[in-house]
Amino acid sequence: MATALDRIQSAIAQNKILIFMKGNRNFPQCGFSAATVAVFDELGAPYETIDVLSDPEVRDQVKAYSNWPTIPQVYIGGKFVGGCDIVRELYESGELRQMVKSATGAAA
Amino acid sequence: MIAGMDPNELQRMIETGLPGATVQVRDTTGGGDHFEALVVSDRFDGKGLVERHQLVYNALGDAMRARVHALSLKTLTPAQYQSRR
Repeated sequence: MATALDRIQSAIAQNKILIFMKGNRNFPQCGFSAATVAVFDELGAPYETIDVLSDPEVRDQVKAYSNWPTIPQVYIGGKFVGGCDIVRELYESGELRQMVKSATGAAA
Repeated sequence: MIAGMDPNELQRMIETGLPGATVQVRDTTGGGDHFEALVVSDRFDGKGLVERHQLVYNALGDAMRARVHALSLKTLTPAQYQSRR
């Protein structure tokens, strides 16, 4: 089985928008994870999620990978964008819509 | 139960890690593990949000991993802080 780091890197590479979260988009298990997916639902952006609660190794390794101590973590176009706070701040400034557009090439 | 933190302790840690910064910390739930912090520092000049937050997290070191469950951050340069008031 691939190491946690391999799983993290391939998931990031294969998804234009990827959210490491607690739970999933329909059943988020933490307020910050829920708020983060809500922003992307609001944008109507296509995104993938990984439930770190079902993969404790990924839960730890992803924090080292991004040098970011908390979950959720959002990656757009293979780049770490931030957690709930930053995603909301980028959404309010309109920057997130641009980032989604350039990553997905869709009219977000 | 991991010992929670006192907002003043959190404030001192950030000030130590970012000398010269203006720091305000609020315990948002009273439980000692959910906080909001405003940090104003010229070290944020030219840095994106992720880098700014990482500077604050680095100042907190292990306390961030073990004792702080949630830390909502507002990271501004002195100029941004002035223009907001």
